[in-house]
Amino acid sequence: MRKTPMVETPSKVGLVFFPAYDWAISPTHPEREERLLYTQDQVFEEGILDLEGIVELKPDLVDVRDIRRVHFCVPEEGRVVTESHLISAGGAKTVGIEVLEKRVRRGFALVRPPGHHAMRVVHGARGFCNINIEAIMIEYLREAYGVDRVAVVDTDCHHGDGTQDIYWHDRDTLFISIHQDGRTLYPGSGFHTEMGGPNALGTTVNIPLPPRTSSEGFLFVLDEVILPLLEEFKPEIVVNSAGQDNHYTDPITNMCFSAQGYAELTRRLKPDIAVLEGGYSIEGALPYVNVGIIMALAGLDTSHVKEPDYDPNKIRQSAATTRYIESLVKEIRETRRRMAGGGKARSGDSTAQRRRNIFYDTDQILEAQEETLRLCDRCNGVLGIDSRTDRGNHIYAVMIPRKACKECCELGYEWFDSADHRKYNITFLQDRTQDQYLVRKA
Amino acid sequence: MIIGLDVGGTHTDVVLLGKDRILQQAKVPTRPSSLLESVWSGIEEVTRGIAPEAIERVVLSTTLTTNAIAEGKLAETGMIVSSGPGIDPEGFRTCREFHCVRGSIDHRGREIQPIDRAQVESAADGMRSRGVRYVGVVGKFSIRNPKHENEIVRILGDRFEHVVLGHRLSGNLNFPRRVCTAYLNAAVYPVYKNFFEAVSASLKKKGLRIPIYILKADGGTVTLEASLSSPGQTILSGPAASVMGSVPYASREEETLVLDIGGTTTDMAVLVRGVPLLDPVGIELGGYKTLIRSLKTHSVAIGGDSAVRLEDGRIQVGPDRQGPAMAYGGTVPTPTDALAVMGKAAGGDSERARQGLLPLAQQLGVPLEEAAARIFDHTCKQILEAAAQMVANINRKPVYTVQELLEGHQVRPTEILVLGGPAPLFAFRFAAMTDFRVRVVPRWQVANAVGAALARSTCEVTLFVDTERGFAVAPEESFHLSVRRDFDKQSAVRLALELLRKKCTQEGSADDGTEMELVEELQFNMVRGFYTTGRNIRVKAQVKPGLIPEHAQIAAGLFHAGPTGGQDHEEDSHG
Repeated sequence: MRKTPMVETPSKVGLVFFPAYDWAISPTHPEREERLLYTQDQVFEEGILDLEGIVELKPDLVDVRDIRRVHFCVPEEGRVVTESHLISAGGAKTVGIEVLEKRVRRGFALVRPPGHHAMRVVHGARGFCNINIEAIMIEYLREAYGVDRVAVVDTDCHHGDGTQDIYWHDRDTLFISIHQDGRTLYPGSGFHTEMGGPNALGTTVNIPLPPRTSSEGFLFVLDEVILPLLEEFKPEIVVNSAGQDNHYTDPITNMCFSAQGYAELTRRLKPDIAVLEGGYSIEGALPYVNVGIIMALAGLDTSHVKEPDYDPNKIRQSAATTRYIESLVKEIRETRRRMAGGGKARSGDSTAQRRRNIFYDTDQILEAQEETLRLCDRCNGVLGIDSRTDRGNHIYAVMIPRKACKECCELGYEWFDSADHRKYNITFLQDRTQDQYLVRKA
Repeated sequence: MIIGLDVGGTHTDVVLLGKDRILQQAKVPTRPSSLLESVWSGIEEVTRGIAPEAIERVVLSTTLTTNAIAEGKLAETGMIVSSGPGIDPEGFRTCREFHCVRGSIDHRGREIQPIDRAQVESAADGMRSRGVRYVGVVGKFSIRNPKHENEIVRILGDRFEHVVLGHRLSGNLNFPRRVCTAYLNAAVYPVYKNFFEAVSASLKKKGLRIPIYILKADGGTVTLEASLSSPGQTILSGPAASVMGSVPYASREEETLVLDIGGTTTDMAVLVRGVPLLDPVGIELGGYKTLIRSLKTHSVAIGGDSAVRLEDGRIQVGPDRQGPAMAYGGTVPTPTDALAVMGKAAGGDSERARQGLLPLAQQLGVPLEEAAARIFDHTCKQILEAAAQMVANINRKPVYTVQELLEGHQVRPTEILVLGGPAPLFAFRFAAMTDFRVRVVPRWQVANAVGAALARSTCEVTLFVDTERGFAVAPEESFHLSVRRDFDKQSAVRLALELLRKKCTQEGSADDGTEMELVEELQFNMVRGFYTTGRNIRVKAQVKPGLIPEHAQIAAGLFHAGPTGGQDHEEDSHG
């Protein structure tokens, strides 16, 4: 007989829990004070924080330097970011540091507000997100610990379009998103043909699943697509954007995933760092899914973690759904094979353009963006972004990537210096080779 | 007059307090075989020639429950546990008779799966046939809805001598700790009840009608009668007594570090503007994590009698104690011996201390006196490092709102209060080694007994309101009320304070309620769809640990009298 016995934890897990009980987008918004209340109740009542090997960490705030490694905030950070975003991103960063310092084996930032819809240029809030908390953490870890290859696996029900945008041209970051098909859900993107920019083709992977996909479907694509890709990419760290809105009770999505399924996915994926993203079934799903994820990260038995109304037969996906997912996986494999046979990006004087309109649903802003990328086989290539909104802001931003070659560096400064200050009200330069950020206002 | 009495492992400290001073103080050896005798001999020691009617109250701090747990002398106890989904409750097994039964309540107190009467009956019959007499009943989320625990108790009927209900022990969420706490309360019940009956019988025999109070781990008192319902609260009241004994001298503006230096260990605590910090969850003792409310104290295995040795040429103090210091007949050198060699402690056999330290000095290659100084400094340094670590841990405590995080109040003690046997010698060195203001608690040898005597009663009430489901519940008080939609935080606060006042009176507080405070008041709008369907309110109110109003005069008397000089500490520096 043991005394306080308790359950043995095979793998030490660092946990940041920050429910931000005094912050909401608006009183009845899904992203409101109450969101993590029942999760906290469940985590506390289960006694998870007492388990040997589970450490609760206090989040640090990120600072402007951390944000400037990832974003161009317009007109400036203070205007698009609140303290709660700094804490939320800080929670992810704190967990990342603990993992990299090897004080814990894995970590989970159970924080709000979320961040995976926040793109490189930030004019306001999109999909409840202002700044990308995973990217801010990752770029900090790269700067502070020299981490190079990173994989982000986004298991939120919504396409992680913000994270995709930030890593679209980054061949050192493998971004994989599984989500409900964009034809049926916000933000309407994330089709399997979206595979990354010309310098980083193939390091973006999208797996759009049909509505009513259940555990079988999620675990199938995990085993068949995600795990083999990770095996091949060999990341130093795996980050999981652990959205929980694939749950069968989520009010704003249409999937059939469960706490058991999330726990199993976490066990197989073995992320080093998990970060909470969406998930708005605050009573029926989050308490159980989060407990399942924490316990799976710690290597504990999750077979008893179930929702009160859990019945796997009621939420099982149809045979048609299974067939669809199987053919989708085949299609993804074939597309990747064709892509691998195609020509590589040529280095030289050529550039590639990308034009997009981006809608900020939360703040009702429309942005028109034009990217210019220098095609480069030595580095990720310097990127110039011309961005204009219906609020009258027109900015130009230059991003010199972390391991930029000499030519890309020089070109980046040339673009910055020669930007027409009559046309742009602000010009930015993010030089990741020097961890530098320059702003020039008109 | 008030008697304060702290039964320690080796000594029982006792004081008789008058209006403005200590009338008597004594230290008698604790007889582990008979706690009651230790108590009475202590009381007799300080009450010779005093009329019993003059004694208003006696406050006891005892090691009874602590020892029972530490030594594993616990009654065979049965547990009936209903958990529903979550971590497998088998992992929280506390005893052989540990029965997991069906039944599940969710985080909002809704019944998900009912209790199976036949299953409970069968577990109960089995336990009874195997001679179990004490039982704990615990359900997950029972503090949100105690229905299942109450049902199980009704099913148990009169099969058992004593049944402990989880939801009555604490309003905090933590199912495994609730299991442990209920188990310990049931398992120490018989030994505590014996003590309770012996004290009552003995009072009666002597014709005394003095109210007896018991000191709890949170530094508050409770009447002897009330303590019987939850004897677990008396665990670790020893450190609490010392902390309360330092409270009168602590700064009312700043933060204070309290160091109680004993023979084997040094106990430490933090006071914020004279108020001791409470542990946010509950005591941990002997491997048990509980929900028992307690002062935040930390114990390091370094004291005056810690064994001193060299490891790889470096001085190592503790963590073990191999008997008394050599100066007092022991076999292993200790910090007390170092002090004797330095000529700081006149008691004991300093020649033996010198002999004890000599081999260490030779190995270090320094003169004996320097070795002694180094050992003492090392001891002081380790204590200070442990204290810094404790403060850092307190400051690492997570918070859950943006405002709290940004305000980020950090504990930064500016003074140290030292008590325990060798307090003055350590205090002197601490002052030289740090920037802290360092003081010795007056009458440092019996400050713990003074603390027990001066402590006032404490209590806490947790109220949970769910207006969508239409109820307010205060589980510890067995309180349940139907509420309407318009019940808000203000009403909840009013109700919580009312319940607290009632509880205080029941537990023997003479307080008029002016010291009540809110620990937590949270209100969430519950939104379903796009409509607010109710409020979820959580209020926690307490009477925080503090001193009875009369304390000021007594403390002032002691303070102005100043430390009672070197003679006392010479006798006690080894203890």
